[in-house]
Amino acid sequence: MTTTHTVMPYDEALERFEPVLGLETHVEMGTTTKMFCGCSTTFGAPPNTHVCPVCLALPGSLPVANDKAIESTIRIGLALNCTIAEWCRFARKNYFYPDMPKNYQISQYDEPLCTNGYLDVEVGGKTVRIEIERVHLEEDTGKSTHVGGATGRIHGADYSIVDYNRAGIPLVEIVTKPIPGTDRLAPEVAKAYVTELRELLRTLGVSDVRMEEGSLRCDVNVSLMPRGSSEWGTRTETKNVNSLRSVERAVRGEIERQAAILADGGRIVQETRHFHEDTGATTSGRSKEEAQDYRYFPEPDLLPIAPSPEWVAELKSELPELPTARRRRLQAEWGVSDLDMAAMHNADAIDLVEATVAAGVPAADARKWWMGELARRANESGTPLADLAITPEQIARVVELVSSGALNDKLARQVLEGVLAGEGSPDEVVEKRGLRIVSDEGELSSIIDQVLASNADAADKVRSGKIAAVGALVGGVMKASRGKADAGRARELILEKLGVSE
Amino acid sequence: MSAITRDEVAHLARLSRLALADDELDHYATQLDDIIAAVARVAEVATDDIPPSSHALPLTNVYRPDEARRSLTPQQALAAAPAVEDDRFRVPRILGEEA
Repeated sequence: MTTTHTVMPYDEALERFEPVLGLETHVEMGTTTKMFCGCSTTFGAPPNTHVCPVCLALPGSLPVANDKAIESTIRIGLALNCTIAEWCRFARKNYFYPDMPKNYQISQYDEPLCTNGYLDVEVGGKTVRIEIERVHLEEDTGKSTHVGGATGRIHGADYSIVDYNRAGIPLVEIVTKPIPGTDRLAPEVAKAYVTELRELLRTLGVSDVRMEEGSLRCDVNVSLMPRGSSEWGTRTETKNVNSLRSVERAVRGEIERQAAILADGGRIVQETRHFHEDTGATTSGRSKEEAQDYRYFPEPDLLPIAPSPEWVAELKSELPELPTARRRRLQAEWGVSDLDMAAMHNADAIDLVEATVAAGVPAADARKWWMGELARRANESGTPLADLAITPEQIARVVELVSSGALNDKLARQVLEGVLAGEGSPDEVVEKRGLRIVSDEGELSSIIDQVLASNADAADKVRSGKIAAVGALVGGVMKASRGKADAGRARELILEKLGVSE
Repeated sequence: MSAITRDEVAHLARLSRLALADDELDHYATQLDDIIAAVARVAEVATDDIPPSSHALPLTNVYRPDEARRSLTPQQALAAAPAVEDDRFRVPRILGEEA
């Protein structure tokens, strides 16, 4: 195994070199059945239970394309602003490897279904346009397990065992054009692109886009050129990048690795590298220079795809509101700044704030609770915001209790804490923990009397007209009531008792 | 001039994992050359108004609905497999040790 441990620190690498990126994303379609046969696509079934003569390539079987997969691919192309081909074909990609029983994969070659689109992503408050080269349709491969050898990897294994349940699941490949000019933001741009693409695909409802289950997978191409050069360097392709965080790490890691080699007078080998989630390092795979000769040719078992312009126009008119447009609309509705909106987006809070607003909470309050107290708690416990054990309706109830004066913010935070701890609904938590504001005038009055007695200096100042000193007295009341007093009412009562008016 | 060289035949044999001896390479290079020349005669009748086709039928957009059909059982699927392990197809070593 060739592992290079020498890396150049990121900042130094970026002072000397400029990166050019390219991203290839594979997405398993959420169709009921496979691309060319009626076998189920459900994830996690026992091995070789979702197979039939077509996906096992038994003699005499013939593929027929899944109409839903064709439609989904066209919708993806339209959402990515692509041109949809009026006529195109599948192609055979021939290779000698047991993950496909046919010894070839049905894919598309020089006639992709969708071409020349773009996706705008936002990074650091600025919009970066990622050009899309092509979107094409193919079939996923089977899953190999390598047995024997030291590492469980293909190299050195004694033999392999193959499950063909995944073989033939519709797979859409989305390829960007080379992305120059991202400079030091390259890792973030890569991550933002995959994030935005995932959100787009989820909105279209074409895939469950679960990176951890492999239904969305990303290959990251990176090359470096010396600053001021216009000639792009040799690129590597890192495969196996299966989380958003890993996309960022893989780009950064590859920049640091390549920079060290180039600075040392070495040259980058054009190759496939494998990303390791545990270490964040990449290791060399097979060299692209001895890459396979796939001998693509038009698939004779399938007929051309010729989507009518009318159908494409209909699909276009039926596209749902896409994530960028939705964020723009919500931002206007909520009246928040670009910065606040970006913060909510990065925290995956937009859906939650929207649901909370729908539950009747003013946008400012919904944002305040999700991005403040709840974000803090999610961060502390290392859980995604959406996984917190609280519903938008429960937050709506807490906000209602605050606005009716039954709770103040401090008590409301305790109510949220109780709900998150599984103590029940907001009302139950208020009840069990005794969190209602002290609104009993008699009780509040006696607390104030005690505070005035033990803070005679401050009381005198207020009496003599230094109204600013009242803050210390209100603070004393809040402390004495353990936060349960209504601070506004306490202030009024203190001024009244001291015979001062504002 | 031949339509396919001996080197190209050797390359194709390697891609197909066929071990061909030297005399076999000569033999198949000649045969394949004849076959390609025969097929190439199609080009003589092709004119500009006949687009290249990959299919004999003048059809497009033949699809099936996205409806599940019964799959084989693992026993049926694996019945003809030369080797089976854990309900999976067992295949010989794919790659040797890394250099």
